[in-house]
Amino acid sequence: MTEFTARITMPETARRGDVVPIRVIVRHPMEREITAAGLTPLPRRIIHSFRVTYAGEEVFRMALSAGITANPYVAFTTVATETGTLHFEWQEDGGAVHRREARLVVT
Amino acid sequence: MKRALAALLCCVGLAQADGVRPSREFLSPELRAQQDDPSRHPGWLWVDDGEALWRAGERSCQSCHGDIAGMAGVAARYPAVAADGALLNLELRIERCREEHQGAPRFGYEGQALLSLTAAIAQRSRGLPMSVPVDGAAAPFLERGREFYATRQGQLNLSCGQCHDENAGRRLRGDVISNGLGTGYPAYRLEWNTLGSLHRRLRACSLGVRAEQLPLGGADYLALELFLAHRARGLPVETPGLRR
Repeated sequence: MTEFTARITMPETARRGDVVPIRVIVRHPMEREITAAGLTPLPRRIIHSFRVTYAGEEVFRMALSAGITANPYVAFTTVATETGTLHFEWQEDGGAVHRREARLVVT
Repeated sequence: MKRALAALLCCVGLAQADGVRPSREFLSPELRAQQDDPSRHPGWLWVDDGEALWRAGERSCQSCHGDIAGMAGVAARYPAVAADGALLNLELRIERCREEHQGAPRFGYEGQALLSLTAAIAQRSRGLPMSVPVDGAAAPFLERGREFYATRQGQLNLSCGQCHDENAGRRLRGDVISNGLGTGYPAYRLEWNTLGSLHRRLRACSLGVRAEQLPLGGADYLALELFLAHRARGLPVETPGLRR
């Protein structure tokens, strides 16, 4: 059972110049740190940045804060320019990096 | 002709005499839209995991049952009485299958693996009408569940029906009181930030009326689950539900 799971929803094909909607939901606890007396302390462990490149060029970047819910949902758009791969990269506290990719065919 | 039509309408009215409405109708329009949209419904993360679990291992679920698509309609018929006379809900049926047929240890109630697999199987019945058998061996369990539902409990001395029948549709704190059906479970509850079982939700209900919180998978909650499933007969399975 993996703790990190991602669901990326976007069209497989688009016409050049189309606005492509991309929806991403990930499974992550987004632990914001427990320090209070009497509780078991837990270090902060959130996804602090999310970055997307499309055909080698960055199209979306987001800094996430500790106030964001577990299993965060992010929606954004990009413009279809050429057939290529979108690389999704999440960076977590502690240095872990999660990667996924999706192909977009442009006609 | 008019009289026949009136008689027919009367029959339809009788079928819904207790006025039970699907849980989705009690959601806000925004939450209902999100429940219907897998691209932004976190419950689907568990469904994905559950479908992977279905195929995992040498003696996988798939090796006996075939593709998980064949599970359509199963969740609408649970809880059900097993051959040995025990009442099993979908979770406990999976646990038993693991022990008896897969030779594997139980996942553990409310563990992520069991929640995922239950959600993946139940999701295949999404939209299908609940039709749980309540005759024969199930009849005494149904009566026990009906009695539990009608019994006043806890320091607040409330029965289930005092909220879920008499005050359904009215507000309790920040939420709307539903008819209290289990058709959306396992459901992603925003308060939990995770997927959870019906029995976990029932424990929250017990706490709410300051009654004893009963064990997950225990006999009383199972009987109640059967009664709730029967109460929801004809209404659609909503798993994975999205709840406040």
